[in-house]
Amino acid sequence: MEGDAPVVIPGVDGSNLVPSVVALDPIPASGGRPTVTVGNSARKALIETPERVIYSVKRLMGRGLEEIQNELKMFPFRLAEDVEAGEVPRIQLGELRFTPPEISAYVLRQLKRNAERFFGAPVTQAVITVPAYFNDAQRQATKDAGRMAGLEVLRLVNEPTAAALAYGLDRAKAGTIAVYDLGGGTFDISILKLRDGIFEVQSTNGDTHLGGDDIDNLLLAIALDEIYAEHGVDLRGHPGAVQALRKAAIEAKIRLSTESSASFDIELPNGDRYQREIPRGVFELLIEPVLARTSGPCKQALADAGVTPEGIDEVVLVGGSTRIPAVRELVDELFHLSARGKKPHIELNPDEVVALGAAVQADILAGASKSTEEMLLLDVTPLSLGIEALGGTVARIIQRNSTIPASATEHFTTGVDGQTNVAIHVVQGEREMAADCRSLARFDLKGIPPMSAGMPRIEVRFLIDADGILQVSAREQRSGLASEIEVKPTYGLSDEQVEGMILDSFDHAEEDFAKRLLIEARIEAESILSKVEAARTSPAWGQLTGEEQAAIQAAQERLAAANAGSDMAAIRNATVALDRATQRLAELMMDAAVSSALRGKTMNAAGEELDESVTAPHAMAPAEFK
Amino acid sequence: MLKVLDSAVPVACWSCAVAHNDITLFCPHCSKIQPPPGGDYFSVFDLEQRLDLDLAALEHEFHRLSRKVHPDRFARAGDNERQWSLADTALLNDAYRTLKDPLHRTEYLLKLQGAEIGEEFAAANGKDRKDPSRVPADLLEEVFELNMQLEEMRMARKLGETDSELQAGLEQAKRKFDALQQEVDQDLRKEWHVWDEGDAAARKKAEKTMVSLLDRRRYLSNLVRDVTETLGA
Repeated sequence: MEGDAPVVIPGVDGSNLVPSVVALDPIPASGGRPTVTVGNSARKALIETPERVIYSVKRLMGRGLEEIQNELKMFPFRLAEDVEAGEVPRIQLGELRFTPPEISAYVLRQLKRNAERFFGAPVTQAVITVPAYFNDAQRQATKDAGRMAGLEVLRLVNEPTAAALAYGLDRAKAGTIAVYDLGGGTFDISILKLRDGIFEVQSTNGDTHLGGDDIDNLLLAIALDEIYAEHGVDLRGHPGAVQALRKAAIEAKIRLSTESSASFDIELPNGDRYQREIPRGVFELLIEPVLARTSGPCKQALADAGVTPEGIDEVVLVGGSTRIPAVRELVDELFHLSARGKKPHIELNPDEVVALGAAVQADILAGASKSTEEMLLLDVTPLSLGIEALGGTVARIIQRNSTIPASATEHFTTGVDGQTNVAIHVVQGEREMAADCRSLARFDLKGIPPMSAGMPRIEVRFLIDADGILQVSAREQRSGLASEIEVKPTYGLSDEQVEGMILDSFDHAEEDFAKRLLIEARIEAESILSKVEAARTSPAWGQLTGEEQAAIQAAQERLAAANAGSDMAAIRNATVALDRATQRLAELMMDAAVSSALRGKTMNAAGEELDESVTAPHAMAPAEFK
Repeated sequence: MLKVLDSAVPVACWSCAVAHNDITLFCPHCSKIQPPPGGDYFSVFDLEQRLDLDLAALEHEFHRLSRKVHPDRFARAGDNERQWSLADTALLNDAYRTLKDPLHRTEYLLKLQGAEIGEEFAAANGKDRKDPSRVPADLLEEVFELNMQLEEMRMARKLGETDSELQAGLEQAKRKFDALQQEVDQDLRKEWHVWDEGDAAARKKAEKTMVSLLDRRRYLSNLVRDVTETLGA
């Protein structure tokens, strides 16, 4: 938070987004465990060493072996061969294997480091956002990932709710809001009532396996089929080529949001070119079935909240996929927007709005500022909680869309004389049969005093906490003994397993922390120095005034001098100063590069395609150092 | 199943040690959060047991208490206070969810009075909701016809046919059963007032009437749900 407003902390590369791409670097020549690269810099590896990269791990979180196998058909990753049913699946990356929470922990650790770099202080606590429709296991896996990354997870916040918080900060008015969140891998819809600073979620619905990835895969499938049909080349066995094609598909998708047509132009391994024009009309027909899958959840959410589309005062669009015009048209239709002279809210960047909302929630939890003092988020559980009853049916104990924390108390007894154990199967979902719901955990109530059948009266209390995670406690009422409960989560890691996967336990140590900050500061200083040195040979250098050139020269010398010492703050301040001094130079270079070679491409694409030597000095995080 | 409390139990506040009745979320003396109180859902909102509630006032009170007791307000508190905040908020949410809904509220109050109602009792007696003996006598004929129509409609759907006459018939039936539900709701309201204002004898009589009204209401809403689902499929 800066003052009353949340801001997004940029990474070392100056970008506000850290894509959830994790690459395992080659084994160092000296031996030992290979390091891991995260984010934009890991993207390159997608094409070069696809067998060492994983992305969209969110879709794999908290899922069992069978579910994951279906999911993996769409992705290039492989399961480790020795995974057994009932275990948390592990993904083979190069020579190592990782569980989804571990992969996620690497992304979180990168974000933690970015924040520490920004603040110049250790960051140990976090608010993490999750899709609202995440079930218990997916939430628990996310919390585990936080712990592995060395973060105490203060709260899991549902993404659409976080977005509403970000928008609601400066909107004190009352009303009913719908948040439509179509991201890369997940879809959520939430209906909230806003009143006097209280954000009360009325209902939520969604699909944790629906998003931009599905659209990319449709484009990719067409390209693969056509390449096979027209050129006789089957790329499916070449992960690197598939990833290059995927990148082209994503770029085409992005262009189609602003242009009426986009084209593929790919060189195939046999030297042929695959060229394909995709008009927007064709694209929209193609993705129609994917988008249509968001309609059902929206209608159900409206029904559960007891409102008609006309009862929705504002619609907020979240997630990169809501940039697609066809998505906006669908939303307009679903909520009768233009018919009522309304427009959806798109003022905040759909990729960042959730992070901004998480910062607001963190501020609420810290009780730190006046601006959030009156704000309170009341969220709901997305799925009903039930117990498997006789005959395999489900007895619902907490209904979906109940405000959390929520609880239910149930009583159990024994069926056989002297029985000392009772097993309870807890499921999540809306179907009538337990087998059709998501198995959450099996609880074994132990240590029941031996009595005649039906005599013991065991009170079990189910409580869904503010993170949407189930807690269970039990007591035998006749004897007053607290029963011992053994919980076997259907999917998930044990405490000990999580403990063993904690990344860099030294992260907490102050000394190591200072050392790491110094090393990072030096790396940045060297990087910007060499980039400025290279930039002096570009035509843009000549366009600067003598004064500007002299200022850059002076800033360069100051940074070189600071870098020779070991005062981290001095290095960082000098780096920031040099970055500021070269701002106009950077702009001139980008202009030149973009207007000549890369007309029509986005700045991002331009940035990726520019050769290292002409890359402008990166934008630094505007941090203050004492 | 539900704890009925005839008299509040005095307990000592963990923080200031002053005794107070075990029905409040906060110590009246030092305002510190307390472990979950022992009263019923009404006492969470400092209300007498009654059926006709001012819902706007209830919501206002729910928001006021949420602001004070929610785990977000105890993120930096000690372990005990954090646990109590969680348990107290769960109680507050459970209470609000039950009391704000007229049917749940009525059912809850009747259970506090010892009535055996709800799906679980019907299930315990071996009757599921399709059991013909649960059909209210005056509706037998219509329900029989409706079930035939529903079956035909489902068959037609399976074959991909649209039968507009059948559709219209079902829509008409839905309107009729909707109206019947509203009648039941009105009758319930009348009984609420009898219960809220009446003496012990009047209350007992009202309770009996409400138990059968709730059964009828549940039957009707299941019926309407079936029709809505079949029409919407």
